[in-house]
Amino acid sequence: MRKLTCKEASRLISQAQDRKLTLAQRAALRLHLSLCEACTRFGAHLNTLRSAMRKYRE
Amino acid sequence: MSDFAAAVNAQRAYLLRIARLQLPERERAEDVVQETILAALESQDSYAGKSSVKSWLTGILKHKIIDAIRRSAREPAVPAMGGEGDIDDLDVFFSEHDHDHWESKPADWRNPERDLEQKQFMDMIDFCLERLPPNTARVFMLHEVMGLESDEICKELQITATHLWVILYRARMLLRKCLEQNWFARAETAG
Repeated sequence: MRKLTCKEASRLISQAQDRKLTLAQRAALRLHLSLCEACTRFGAHLNTLRSAMRKYRE
Repeated sequence: MSDFAAAVNAQRAYLLRIARLQLPERERAEDVVQETILAALESQDSYAGKSSVKSWLTGILKHKIIDAIRRSAREPAVPAMGGEGDIDDLDVFFSEHDHDHWESKPADWRNPERDLEQKQFMDMIDFCLERLPPNTARVFMLHEVMGLESDEICKELQITATHLWVILYRARMLLRKCLEQNWFARAETAG
């Protein structure tokens, strides 16, 4: 399994909101997130953004 | 005016904001909002009260916008989807030397649940949405607010799924940055 860069990881974090990632992608992403605080925050921010947009129409 | 009509009319500005992100010509956006409000008033009986009036109106607006997109697809005046499908412009978010790391590390947003409760935060979302490239805003709103499925968006706008993911990624990257700079950074200095 190749190591993900933050750039690649951030794209997968975004795509995970739109489609089911492959098993290999999920494994690579999990490994990256376990070591990278910046991308972990990015993922949390995207979840906040999604909640905000849900609230936007309520 | 009945309470229901008043509640519907109270959402006019919100509907127009969304419609203008989808349809850049002001008149066309206004037409769609008129159609939505008329349709809503005519179908009051179908409003079950399960969701908010705002959310229900968003659903009606979605259909009116899809109709408008279909109509305009038959006219040559539609802005092409090209240009915003390229991902290279997002490289600025990552270190110049290698793309391994973030150029500036995403901040700790602490308790964002609290921020979501504030009206000013929602105003900031509007501010940031208006600063997105037009097609990026359009796709993001269709997907996240109007709840159009990915395959429907691809079909209506004639783009590939890969292109769609790139556009949504761009929207999230830019919105996240905008909120961080204009809201969360400010909250931090305010203590």
